[in-house]
Amino acid sequence: MTTTAEVEKPRADPGTGRAPRPRPGRIRRIGLPYLLLLPALVLELLVHLVPMAIGIVMSFKELTQFYIRDWGTAPWSGLDNYRVSVDFDAPVGEALLHSFLVTVGFTLLSVGLCWLIGTAAAIFMQDTFRGRGLLRALFLVPYALPVYAAVITWVFMFQHDNGLVNHVLHDQLHLTDKPSFWLIGDNSFYALLTVSVWKGWPFAFLIVMAGLQNIPGELYEAAALDGAGMWQQIRRITLPSLGPVNQVLVLVLFLWTFNDFNTPFVLFGRAAPEAADLISVHIYQASFVTWNFGTGSAMSVLLLLFLLAVTGVYLAVTSRGRRASHAR
Amino acid sequence: MRTIRAAATGAVVMSLALAATACGGGTSTDGGGSNDSPKTLTYWASNQGASIEVDKKVLQPELDKFEKQTGIKVKLEVVPWSDLLNRILTATTSGQGPDVLNIGNTWSASLQATGALLPWDEANLAKIGGRNRFVDSALGSTGAEGKDPAAVPLYSMAYALYYNKQIFADAGIAQPPATWAELVADGKKIQAKGKQVLGAEGANVSENVHHVFVFAKQHGADFFAADGKPDFTSDGAVAAVKQYVDLMAKDKAIPQGNAEYAQNQSVSDFAKGKTAMLLWQSASSNLKSQGMSEDKYGIAPVPVQSGTPGTGAQVNSMVAGINLAVFKNTDNLDGATEFVKFMTGDEEQKILNKAYSTIPPVASAQSDAGFNSAANAVLKDTLAKSAAALPQVADESQFETVVGTAVKELFADAAAGRPVTTESVKAKLAKAQQQMPTK
Repeated sequence: MTTTAEVEKPRADPGTGRAPRPRPGRIRRIGLPYLLLLPALVLELLVHLVPMAIGIVMSFKELTQFYIRDWGTAPWSGLDNYRVSVDFDAPVGEALLHSFLVTVGFTLLSVGLCWLIGTAAAIFMQDTFRGRGLLRALFLVPYALPVYAAVITWVFMFQHDNGLVNHVLHDQLHLTDKPSFWLIGDNSFYALLTVSVWKGWPFAFLIVMAGLQNIPGELYEAAALDGAGMWQQIRRITLPSLGPVNQVLVLVLFLWTFNDFNTPFVLFGRAAPEAADLISVHIYQASFVTWNFGTGSAMSVLLLLFLLAVTGVYLAVTSRGRRASHAR
Repeated sequence: MRTIRAAATGAVVMSLALAATACGGGTSTDGGGSNDSPKTLTYWASNQGASIEVDKKVLQPELDKFEKQTGIKVKLEVVPWSDLLNRILTATTSGQGPDVLNIGNTWSASLQATGALLPWDEANLAKIGGRNRFVDSALGSTGAEGKDPAAVPLYSMAYALYYNKQIFADAGIAQPPATWAELVADGKKIQAKGKQVLGAEGANVSENVHHVFVFAKQHGADFFAADGKPDFTSDGAVAAVKQYVDLMAKDKAIPQGNAEYAQNQSVSDFAKGKTAMLLWQSASSNLKSQGMSEDKYGIAPVPVQSGTPGTGAQVNSMVAGINLAVFKNTDNLDGATEFVKFMTGDEEQKILNKAYSTIPPVASAQSDAGFNSAANAVLKDTLAKSAAALPQVADESQFETVVGTAVKELFADAAAGRPVTTESVKAKLAKAQQQMPTK
């Protein structure tokens, strides 16, 4: 079969042996894809690259309320903002490190639980049974709800005096000695984790479910004939086959969770409890609450570098794993 | 081919249009605006009433009146408090703000430092009737000392002690407490009757700052030194914060559940008769909208350490209120000035301050008989004699956040049953101070 590229390839003129001059229409056709890409490129430039460049420039400036009206006039501060951010013995750096560690712990737990629940639900939903469609739709509700509406509902449920959570845990199940505080103090970490997992697992469910569609049924039939039980089928067929899907899923969940701003902000407001001081809200506080825009920008750049490094290592490791499995 | 060419042309035009839109900045002009759009104004009002809809109902008829008088149409947007400061900052950065806006009076010096607000020098003040129209205490919260005001006062408020008459009668208390010791003692009698003593918003950083500022004044301390540098860990400041948090931690007057309140739940508790007392500013209209009629509660001055409220160590309120500011780069400077004159005029001051149960900061409007009720008498007296303005320094907004957050964390400790000691209070305040800008 001849490909389009072969048809389009300019052929030598049999008379002169030279390639014919391209006709104007052909130039247009070659340039067209680039022209069509132009709006997307311009938008990408405006929406991502320009603000990122501005953020990087700001991180080298002493940008406070005195200069916010015309930030270009703010004096250069060299690496001062970065020094302050990573000086872990001083209060700003110490608070940033604390917030970073809280975020890492929170992200690992949240992504792990989202993946576990999503995968279990997707495998469970593979079998056909009455009401499966309805259940599948219900599973997706947290993912479909607007974040603000969903999280504010959780705020009501976590209230100390009138909240549903304390009502169930304390009044009905008698699991706690007295009603707990969920929106302040140490428990706020678990409140945040609960909402994050509730909000995130349907996405894992959706992606894993799509991945499961691509596993041929014959594999399971053959395994069953060989006497493999359900657990063996999951371990030997389902999970390995989901490998590429899981790699993307975990990466996306990691980035979303690490950067999540909406959930903690709606849950706790602008002053998050120390136990749930996620880095996104922490940087917001540094920038917009204490008006140290320069330091906030430096923290953002550091966060960006960290996430780029993690993503790079992750992609390198997973693609090496994939190449190795292909080689076998 | 024609289709391809059209598509290509369309793509290029769209890209250029997008680029042009994004690059097109505001008409940022220095030195005090222009009069390019003499027939329109945009006004950001802060949320004063029980809801944004209530505010629109109060303000729109007045704006229509202004349009009838001047031919200038005012586009109103009521901005919730939680968004207001960020919206102002964004407008300051982009130059795409309203012409006229409300600001919390405690932010005056911070926003003044951005240089985005029109300074009210003598010439500008003369256009709205002159400096002497305004009450002194209100003018004290319009910008840093020695500088022209960055805004003019619009509504004045002060803290008062709201108490439930029935709960007091049931507990056998004849009159509201005048000192903190009396409040704690009365609290024991109220608790014996199964009621909560004093409502508070433990997770609301601004409320926290207002209270600890007043306590600090009563301990003879300030949160800023004379040179404008933060001084959060002085003995007086630590004692002040500890005394406020101890109302929950030690005296059990503030219920532990209030440690997570930040959405005016303490006002609802008071309106429902769950709590006997509430320290609040201009709560009347809010209580009314929640079904508590005025005869059910009394209003008294906020307690002091001893004696009666007054200047010096018996300060019992911050000067609370709302100011009206003009964005420097307005396209309708004359109209904006005219609008400020209208809003601070005697007639509008009476209408608006009655609607919001606030006190007019304009002396001639304050003398109206409508502001002579028992509630207003306490508020007017407090503003005149025993209220102090929060520090008018450029870092005031940051101070509110970091100290308010420290108090929130201390309340969280108290609610969890962890001890609140002089050392723990000092440590939190030291951490708050370290978060303040150093330059």
